[in-house]
Amino acid sequence: MSKIEFPLVTRNLGAIDPESLEAYAAVGGYASLKRALTEMTSEAVLEAVDKSGLRGRGGGGFPTGRKWRFCREAPGEPKFIICNGSEGDPGAFLDRAVMEGDPHAIVEGMAIGAYAIGAGQGFIYVGHEYPLAATRLRQAIAQAKEKGFLGEKILGTPFSFDIQVRRGAGAYVCGEETALINFIQGTIGEPRNRPPYPPQQGLWGQPTIINNVETWANVPVIIDKGAAWFAAIGTKNSKGTKVFSVAGRVKKPGIVEVPMGTPLRQVIFDLGGGIKRDREFKAVLTSGPGGGVLPRQFLDIPVEFESFQAAGANLGSGSMVVMDEGCCMVDVARYFLEFSHDESCGKCTPCREGTKQLLKILTGITQGNGTEEDLALMEELCATMAAASLCGLGQSAVNPVLSTLKYFREEYEAHVRDKKCPALVCRPLLTYTVDPETCTGCLACLRECQVGAITGDVEEPQEIDQELCIKCGMCHAVCKFDAVKVES
Amino acid sequence: MTDPERLETILSRYEGVAADLIPVLQDIQDEFNYLPKDELKIVAGRLNVPLTQVYSVATFYKGFALEPRGVHHVQVCRGTTCHLHGGTRLAEGVVRRLGIEPGQTTPDGQFSLETVKCVGKCGAAPVLAVDADYFGEVGVDGVTRILRTYRKPK
Repeated sequence: MSKIEFPLVTRNLGAIDPESLEAYAAVGGYASLKRALTEMTSEAVLEAVDKSGLRGRGGGGFPTGRKWRFCREAPGEPKFIICNGSEGDPGAFLDRAVMEGDPHAIVEGMAIGAYAIGAGQGFIYVGHEYPLAATRLRQAIAQAKEKGFLGEKILGTPFSFDIQVRRGAGAYVCGEETALINFIQGTIGEPRNRPPYPPQQGLWGQPTIINNVETWANVPVIIDKGAAWFAAIGTKNSKGTKVFSVAGRVKKPGIVEVPMGTPLRQVIFDLGGGIKRDREFKAVLTSGPGGGVLPRQFLDIPVEFESFQAAGANLGSGSMVVMDEGCCMVDVARYFLEFSHDESCGKCTPCREGTKQLLKILTGITQGNGTEEDLALMEELCATMAAASLCGLGQSAVNPVLSTLKYFREEYEAHVRDKKCPALVCRPLLTYTVDPETCTGCLACLRECQVGAITGDVEEPQEIDQELCIKCGMCHAVCKFDAVKVES
Repeated sequence: MTDPERLETILSRYEGVAADLIPVLQDIQDEFNYLPKDELKIVAGRLNVPLTQVYSVATFYKGFALEPRGVHHVQVCRGTTCHLHGGTRLAEGVVRRLGIEPGQTTPDGQFSLETVKCVGKCGAAPVLAVDADYFGEVGVDGVTRILRTYRKPK
């Protein structure tokens, strides 16, 4: 894990035993819950979260305090709270790290939130891919119950609250809050129209708060240090810190936490260690399939909600996948559409059909069958999907396409006009040849070739028959001597 | 009916309401390695949920299988970072070596293959997982060696 410059959310990661409540308590854990319950009214707790300026870390950036107030003031009992630990975006692993490394912080944050809005039952939704996180959270809940931090009459006060863990069953769309509610209710994870928003009508039609892992983990810090202390960190409208999982073509992939307002460059180059093999930075993908790419001219923008939005990206889930000159933007857009198409629940037409058509067009382009008209057609499709899709999945699935078209149009043009992939990624547009000088004749490529396109004797240079070659690239992948050359 | 006792043990952990459906199905999936038809009928009756809804849930979520899965569950990560680090080729390499497509099980019942969206181990891309074991920076040529260790009769 990379060096953490400013740990609030990640304060305990790797520092304490996540399976021990005592270890969490030894670093001040559950002191915030105790203070909230014994020294503060529920209104004062809500006020503190509101004044801190904390905004939801799951993507929307909605002010947490305001959301809580909607729920608290909404008519209807019982009320529920949910921790969204779906973290479905590929390339994001910060919530996983917190759930696995500091589960008690989430439990404590939720208990404080439940006190503030008057909820008696909470749920933690943990993504299907994260079995260890679910185990750790269940263990933390059991320990907290045993010590009286959860359950009936917590710490001797009239406040009672319990949490259940629900393990995901493998549907990305369940990260969307109304789909997540359906999941907990035991049905298929299809989203529904909003309003009504969950703080008015959520789980079983009751007022419900849904915040993500990082948001909940911030709550004990706010109660501990105070709203003013928290609000002093960050920028005018983005308070506190932001955790990122930095991966892709960086030297030091891992988790970093920085104050809001830190330049993007610092996150990627100082904390992420810069680009692998010192190649050229091309762009950073933020927030997965619903995010956008930020090219090099944005390296000096501050990390905060507003500046990212203005640049056409999204702070979102906090994933950053860094790309160098060897990454093809058309291929990346196609990859994300494949993902969104696969994960579209199929309920609404713009998303179900739109992702299908976008994927078809993008696949055509990466295979050398694209035309310039395709680019205009995609823009039109994207506009429809963004406007008419039922939930965030379809609305934001267009972002990778629109942002790559905006900043890397020449790369699309090379694919459709010249049938070339400048980054040497789109395999149908490539030619594989063996360099007779470097080939040792080890036959690794020959054995791998499924179509018998490679011929040559042992310890003699191999040759690729271009007529037979299906451009699968396996010869290039298995060559240990870099003797298979790729051109476009 | 294959094994009523195993199912009863699972059902006894729950209150028996409709909202228990997904956790119950998950326990059955873990216990039986798939969702057997007869068990699903009993679950529908006990939770008072229409069988059509049980089927709808069982087929909506990728974590459920209506056919038995292999002894070993092979997952190839198709996350973004894995994609940038040769994840596609890795997936193709595994498909070729196992002789099955994602979602299928080998005829000997040893391996089932699945591509998953992201296992969150992006620092080690591309990642291949077999059961609970994760393998990082796996090249196409490394797949056979990994699979061999699981192929041994237990």
